[in-house]
Amino acid sequence: MSNLLITPPPSRWARFWASPLGDSLRGNPVALVALLVFSVIVVLALLAPVIAPFDPYDPTQIDIMNSDLPPFWIPGAEPQFVLGSDDQGRDMWSAILYGTRLSLMIGLAAVALQATLGIAIGLAAGYLGGRVDSLLMRLADIQLSFSTLMLAIVVLAVTHAMWGAAVFDRYAVVAVIAVIGLAEWPQYARTLRATVLAERQKEYVDSARVLGFGPLRIMLRHILPNAMSPIFVISTVQVGNAIIAEASLSFLGLGLPASQPSLGALIASGFDYIFAGSWWITALPGGVLVVLVLVINLLGDWLRDALNPRLYKV
Amino acid sequence: MIAYLVKRLVQGIAVMLVISALGFAIQSHLGDPLRDLVGQSLGQDAQQQLRQDLGLDDPYWAQYVRFLGRVMQGDLGTSLFFDEPALQVILKKLPATLELVFAATVIIVLLSVPLGVYTAIRPHAILSRVIMGLSVLGISTPVFLTAILMISVFSVGYGWLPAFGRGDAVPVWGYWETNFASLDGLSHILLPSVALAAIMLPMFIRLIRAEMLEVLQSDYVKYARAKGLHPLRIYYVHALKNTLMPVITLGGVQIGTMVAYTILTETVFQWPGMGFMFLEAVNRADTPLIVAYLIVVGLIFVLTNTLVDLIYALVNPTVKLARMGA
Amino acid sequence: MSLLSVRDLTVKFAMRSQTVTALHQISFDLARGERLGIVGESGAGKSITGFALMKLLSAPGYIDSGTIQFDGTDITQAPEAQMRQIRGNRIAMVFQDPMVTLNPVLTIGQQMVETLRAHRKLSRRDAQEIALTKLREVQIAAPELRLKQYPHELSGGMRQRIIIAMALLLDPDLIIADEPTTALDVTIQADIMELLLKLCQANKVGLILITHDLGVVSQLTERTLVMYAGRIVEAGKTREIINDPQHPYTQGLINALPQQTLPGQMLKQIPGAMPVLTDIPPGCPFSPRCAFALAECRRLLPQIMQQGSSEVACHEVNRLHSDLLLEEGR
Repeated sequence: MSNLLITPPPSRWARFWASPLGDSLRGNPVALVALLVFSVIVVLALLAPVIAPFDPYDPTQIDIMNSDLPPFWIPGAEPQFVLGSDDQGRDMWSAILYGTRLSLMIGLAAVALQATLGIAIGLAAGYLGGRVDSLLMRLADIQLSFSTLMLAIVVLAVTHAMWGAAVFDRYAVVAVIAVIGLAEWPQYARTLRATVLAERQKEYVDSARVLGFGPLRIMLRHILPNAMSPIFVISTVQVGNAIIAEASLSFLGLGLPASQPSLGALIASGFDYIFAGSWWITALPGGVLVVLVLVINLLGDWLRDALNPRLYKV
Repeated sequence: MIAYLVKRLVQGIAVMLVISALGFAIQSHLGDPLRDLVGQSLGQDAQQQLRQDLGLDDPYWAQYVRFLGRVMQGDLGTSLFFDEPALQVILKKLPATLELVFAATVIIVLLSVPLGVYTAIRPHAILSRVIMGLSVLGISTPVFLTAILMISVFSVGYGWLPAFGRGDAVPVWGYWETNFASLDGLSHILLPSVALAAIMLPMFIRLIRAEMLEVLQSDYVKYARAKGLHPLRIYYVHALKNTLMPVITLGGVQIGTMVAYTILTETVFQWPGMGFMFLEAVNRADTPLIVAYLIVVGLIFVLTNTLVDLIYALVNPTVKLARMGA
Repeated sequence: MSLLSVRDLTVKFAMRSQTVTALHQISFDLARGERLGIVGESGAGKSITGFALMKLLSAPGYIDSGTIQFDGTDITQAPEAQMRQIRGNRIAMVFQDPMVTLNPVLTIGQQMVETLRAHRKLSRRDAQEIALTKLREVQIAAPELRLKQYPHELSGGMRQRIIIAMALLLDPDLIIADEPTTALDVTIQADIMELLLKLCQANKVGLILITHDLGVVSQLTERTLVMYAGRIVEAGKTREIINDPQHPYTQGLINALPQQTLPGQMLKQIPGAMPVLTDIPPGCPFSPRCAFALAECRRLLPQIMQQGSSEVACHEVNRLHSDLLLEEGR
């Protein structure tokens, strides 16, 4: 009987809420709001195919007759197009939902690539040491001094010129993810290397070695968990940076094509119509982009203060 | 000192060799020099003959050495679109970009130091919170959006300032025309330079603030207080001078980013500088101009990085140039 | 009249969740030219006392109550501008670690000249002259060269000499030296202490020497305060305290001195550790570590009382003395 009265084990959320991290979140209304807004954006973006009234990728659903309609609060709006339409008659609300989904996806994928690469290089540099270490860290310095955006612009510009626009557009998503993902590994690598150097000295690593565990297992099971909080903090900020980088590339015409628009590509396509007064084609996706990156950066600031890991400043 | 300069020179040459090799690879894979020279009208045999004459069938390394030789003499090829030497096209565009970067840098330096110091010494003041809030917003806003926003407000909305171009640039010397000598020129450079500064400024404010907060906790600042010094001297001499070193390092790392942001800013404002030219060259597949741009930007990059290192050594007494050369 | 008169000085730290008291109603006097030692383990509140006297407590610390009369001025009430005229000029400080006390990006000359010019209208050249005289006083080789050097070019001992020279620049009435030799090489510690003593005597400067080392205090000072957990537990003439310590804590400190230990023996450390400020035990704060502690000690805070030539805050000492008095009266 009494068994039935036992309270269920606390949910994951309840446990997080009770943890020190949750505690610091409670004392930080800015971070709390940022988390809420971020969650709403992510959910809306994930549900884009379900909630969007139109499919912006389907040319048959786009009618030029519906072009340049303003959003609902401006006279001349059509109830069908809540946030208006762009110059080709594409529904802005649907385009923004899909665009956000694409921007988020590219940001996350690029950061996953960065993290994998950086963690592997950092672990290798820290574990192998010696000449390999100094070579890899020298490479990291050089990589850092060439900015990611500059590198991405050059690589994509050359690819663009080499393949031609038609082929480039087809592989744009992969190319953008690859370029942003490959360019930003040094921050992860440096942090991981420092963690390896610090943890190697410790007893438990020795005992793991005595027990006969291989270096790979020691790295992944024993050392990597110690680097989780810096990885977490870096990744948050990097997702924001990657989304900005993608938007900038798309704006320059070196990222995603207008037929498969991310937020950056939407802004770019609207820019030409700003002087004609159709400001919403640019402003609405622009606003969403800024809010998305802003809440990610605010969450990053909060995580950095709450977890307070050792980070490399530059 | 001399050892250091020699070392920097060797490093710079190494970087330039890599960039030129990259440029050569792009040139030899992208452009068809034959088509560039004569168009499509030549017969097969004549084409083959020309290829041999031009040395296009030579091994790659021999072609690269020839390419290097031409680059050393300032021959970066001929722009397909402008039908002019690529270097000349770039040199014509260079002053516009340098002036834009200069104006933005002045804004960044003039604002980041006092704002960063203020937010560090008054961390709880309302103004500090506003500055820090705006700087997170600034970091989160891509440069092209700031630029678009400024155009739509100040040009389209109020019509106060021009939206694109350089306006009346006053000729100074050679290809150099300046925006700083006429009211029209100044009104044209205002929005682009503010937009470019707006993206870099928050980063520097945040860094100066963070470093300053750390320095203010240090023993030597406490000691300076114990000596009865005026707070202004403590903040601006004792603390700021120590804060500057990481800031200079960041400045060096950000040179590449600055170049990228220049491309974006120039594109939005159709500023007739190198960045806008580069993007147009990409869209026109003007390979020689793309390659020439990369080499010139690489050179600027190497030079400014060396300059930043020298400034760092001047500010930081613990760095001995002689030791850096060792 | 004494130069410095501290009465019921209480310092608190406002933490996020609670406010803790770091100094409990400290009172002491210092005559002109007198040398006073403040002794205790780390965490006793010695350094906080030093910084409170300069009104340089960094947030979240603040002076809650009490007065600090310095030559007729109440420092606790003095505005910041007036404090700036006192700091460096009338009261100088010598910090613990000379490696981090001097600003790394300014030359020794700049740091000495700015101190002089902050307090006196002097030309740069005259200020440099004064700096040179003071550097000679602390027996630094090639003083002209030192003025042009940066701190990182000098050894730790040399830096501490320079800091002592800087403390003397404006002929202050009082020098507060916070563990001035702890960070230095053992071989030069004695030199620096001797120099400090000689200069204080020669210039008739008062000294407050903050240290954990009773041995140093016995060589340099005339009077001593022993502090524990933010309170003074024993105060009196240094010779009396060294030769006839009353408080069990003072006795423990003396027994722990290496000089008190025979070769091959372990140092006789006081068992346990100083309580943290957020968790001070009830009654006498030393009672958990005290070999003589009675039930009363764990309940009731002992007040500081005159016992013979010293002042002591201890129930056991009080009891012994009253027994003694009773016996004498009998």
